[in-house]
Amino acid sequence: MEIERDPPCPGPVRVMSVGVWGLDLEQPGSQDLILPNGGTPAGTASPASSSSLLNRLQLDDDMDGETRDLFVTVDDPKKHVCTMETYITYRITTKSTRVEFDLPEYSVRRRYQDFDWLRNKLEESQPTHLIPPLPEKFVVKGVVDRFSEEFVETRRKALDKFLKRITDHPVLSFNEHFNVFLTAKDLNAHKKQGMALLTRVGESVKHVAGGYKLRNRPLEFAAIGEYLDTFALKLGTIDRIAQRIIKEEIEYLVELREYGPVYSTWSALEAELAEPLEGVSACIGNCSTALEELTDDMTEDFLPVLREYILYSDSMKSVLKKRDQVQAEYEAKLEAVALRKEERPKVPADVEKCQDRMECFNADLKADMERWQNNKRQDFRQLLMGMADKNIQYYEKCLLAWESIIPLLQEKQEAK
Amino acid sequence: MEQAAPDPERLLQPAPLEPLSHPDAGLESMVGEETKGARDEGPGDGTMTENNFSLKKIEISVSEAEKRTGRNAMNMQETYTAYLIETRSVEHSDGQSVLTDSLWRRYSEFELLRNYLLVYYPHIVVPPLPEKRAEFVWHKLSADNMDPDFVERRRIGLENFLLRVASHPILCRDKIFYLFLTQEGNWKETVNETGFQLKRVADRLYGVYKVHGNYGRVFSEWSAIEKEMGDGLQSAGHHMDVYAASIDDILEDEEHYADQLKEYLFYAEALRAVCRKHELTQYDLETAAQDLAAKKQQCEELATGTVRTFSLKGMTTKLFGQETPEQREARIKMLEEQIKEGEQQLKSKNLEGREFVKNAWADIERFKEQKNHDLKEALISYAVMQISMCKKGIQVWTNAKECFSKM
Repeated sequence: MEIERDPPCPGPVRVMSVGVWGLDLEQPGSQDLILPNGGTPAGTASPASSSSLLNRLQLDDDMDGETRDLFVTVDDPKKHVCTMETYITYRITTKSTRVEFDLPEYSVRRRYQDFDWLRNKLEESQPTHLIPPLPEKFVVKGVVDRFSEEFVETRRKALDKFLKRITDHPVLSFNEHFNVFLTAKDLNAHKKQGMALLTRVGESVKHVAGGYKLRNRPLEFAAIGEYLDTFALKLGTIDRIAQRIIKEEIEYLVELREYGPVYSTWSALEAELAEPLEGVSACIGNCSTALEELTDDMTEDFLPVLREYILYSDSMKSVLKKRDQVQAEYEAKLEAVALRKEERPKVPADVEKCQDRMECFNADLKADMERWQNNKRQDFRQLLMGMADKNIQYYEKCLLAWESIIPLLQEKQEAK
Repeated sequence: MEQAAPDPERLLQPAPLEPLSHPDAGLESMVGEETKGARDEGPGDGTMTENNFSLKKIEISVSEAEKRTGRNAMNMQETYTAYLIETRSVEHSDGQSVLTDSLWRRYSEFELLRNYLLVYYPHIVVPPLPEKRAEFVWHKLSADNMDPDFVERRRIGLENFLLRVASHPILCRDKIFYLFLTQEGNWKETVNETGFQLKRVADRLYGVYKVHGNYGRVFSEWSAIEKEMGDGLQSAGHHMDVYAASIDDILEDEEHYADQLKEYLFYAEALRAVCRKHELTQYDLETAAQDLAAKKQQCEELATGTVRTFSLKGMTTKLFGQETPEQREARIKMLEEQIKEGEQQLKSKNLEGREFVKNAWADIERFKEQKNHDLKEALISYAVMQISMCKKGIQVWTNAKECFSKM
C-alpha cells in the first residue's frame, strides 16, 4: 500500500492511494475547514442586552475544580426480575453543598428509561444548550446479551459519564429535572405529575415557528456546523477502522489457538525436544490469551465512547438547526416591521423578544461549544492514550512469555 | 543351517545378528534417549507403559482388513488393503477389556515401523513381518496381494508381529510403537502441519497490521479540522503508518523459520531412505537364504531318494525315467558345490547387512544430533524474532501514546 505523507504538520490533506487493506473510507478529497475560533459573533447579532446572559457568563467562571460543589456517581448495577419484565437498576449517589439540595447526600436507584426521561426533559427545558448523549437505547447486534457483565459495565460507564457531564455544566446542573432525578424517592410519581418546569427561554424557544428562511448564518455558527459534519464523518471512519481491526485480530486469534496445540502434538513425537516444543506451545497459548484481552478491552472501552461522540455531534446539529430557526424568525419579523414604512419605526415588543431569544441562544451555544471542545479534547486524549496503552500491555505480555522460554530452549537436555 | 519345511518366518529371518560392538559404548543410552524409560526391564507380558506411568495390561488385535483406493505419491490411483488395529486395556479386577484405541494402517506403515525398530534397536531381534508379496502358489500364475487367503494370512502375521513387539521388554516401551497403535497421522504430517498453520497465522497477522495503516490517513484528515489536537493526531498517524509497514520485515523472518522447518523434514526423508536401503539388503538376504534352503532340500531329497518338493527336474525324471546313479551323484555334487557357494554368499551378505546397519546407525546418530541441534537453533531464533516483534510493537505504540498525550 503506497502512502504519501507530508512531514507531520497541520495543513491540507492529500488523497492517498490505498491497496486492498485501505478501507473505502468516504468520498475522496476533503476541504480545509475554518476552525471555530473564540471571536465575537459577526453578522446580525447585536450586543447582548439580557441580564440573564451576564449571569450565565459569570457562572461559567465559577465552574473550576476548586469550587466544585456537586458530585454524582453511577455504580452498583442490580438485576430486577418482575412478573412483567426484567431490568437493571443503577445506584446514583449524590453529594452536594448546594442550597438546591435539602440533604447533603442522596442515594437513589434508577433504570435506563429514567435516564431517557431526564434527557428528554433537559432537551425540552434547555433547548439552547448542548445535552450530552445517552448510550444507545437498543442493542444493535442481537447477539449481545443485555444482561451480560460486559454490557452492563459498558452501559454503567456511559451513564456515569452522562451524569458527570451534566454535573459539570453550569446551567444544566441547576436544572430542576436533574435535581428531581438525583433526589426523588419515587421518580415515577414525579413523571406522572408532568411537571411544567420549563425555563423562560425554554418556553419561548418551544414555540418558535419553523419555516422561516435564514438569510445570513453567522460565520462562526456556519463553521461549527461544518466542523461537526466533518468531525462526525471522521469519527465514523475511525469506528469502522476500529471494528475492522478487532475483526482481523479475532481471526488472527482463531488461527493462533490452532497453532499452539500443533507444537504440543509434535512434542509428543520427540524425545530431547519434547520440553522445548511444549514450552513453545504454552507460550503461544499465553499470547492468545493476551490478544483476547486486547480485543475485549477495545470492544468494551473504545468503541462505545466513539459512538457516544457521534451521537453527541448529531444532537448538537439539531440544536444548531433550532438556533437557525430562532434567528430566521427574528429576521423575518424585523423585515416585516421595516416594510411597514412608519415614520419612526418603533421596534415592537415581540420583535425585541425575538432578538433577546436569539442572542441568548447564540451566547449559550457559543459557551457550550467552547466547553464541548475542551471536554472533547480531554476525552479523546484519554481515549486514544488508552488505546495505545492497551496495545502496549498486549505486547508486554507477549514479550514476557517469549523471553521466559528462551532459557528453556537453550537448556541442555540431560543424557538419559 | 538345516531347514526342514519351508517356514515362512525362518525364510525371512536371516541368521540372528550378533550384538554389534559399537564404538560408542553408550548404545543403550542412545536408545533410551528416544524412548523414555527403556532401560528398566518391564514384565514380559503384554504390559505397556507410556512415558513411564500407568502400567496397564493391553490386548492388541488386527481385527479387520478392508480394500481401499487412494492416490499414491505419483498421484496415481492405487488399491491397497488397510488393517484395523484395535487396542484394549484390560482391567485387572474383573478381566473386562475396554477398547481404548482403534485405527487403520496399511502394510507399508508396518514396514516403516519395523525398519525404525531395526535401526534404533540394532542389538534386538525384531519380530518379523508376514511376507511382502504373495508366495508363488502353484495353481496361480501371479502373486495376488488381494487374494483373500493371502490377506487373511497377512492379517494374522501382522497381529503376531504387534503382539511380539508388545511383549518385548524393551520394544514395548518405544514411543513410536505406542503412537503407531494410538495416533493416526505421523510425525512428518505433524511437522508439515506446523508449517501450514504458521502460514495461516502469518496471513492473519498481516491483515491486523495493515488495517492500522488506515488510522494514519484518517488521523491526518481529522487533524486538518482541529486546532489544538491537530499536531498530536497527525504525528500519531505517522506512527500508525510505521506500524503497518513493519509487518513486511517481520514476515520475512517468519518465512525463514518456515524454511528451517522444511529442512528439518529432510531429516525424515534421509531416515526413510536408510530404512529403504536396509529393507532391500534384507530382501537380498532373504532371497539368498531361500535359495540356499531350497538347494539343501533338493540335495537331501536326492541323497535320500525322497521327493518332497515339487521340481520340474523331479517331474521330468518321474515321467521320463530314473536317472543313473552316476547322474545322481553328479547332481548331488553340483548341488553341494552350489550350497557351499550359497553359504558363502549368505555369510558375506549377512556381513554386508550388519556392516550396513552399523554404518547406518552411525549415520542416523549423526543425523539425530544434527537435527536436534538445528531445530533447537531454529526455535531459539523464532523466539528471538517474536521478542523483537514485541519490542517494536511496544516502541511504536509508546511513540503514538506520547503523540496522543500532546493532544
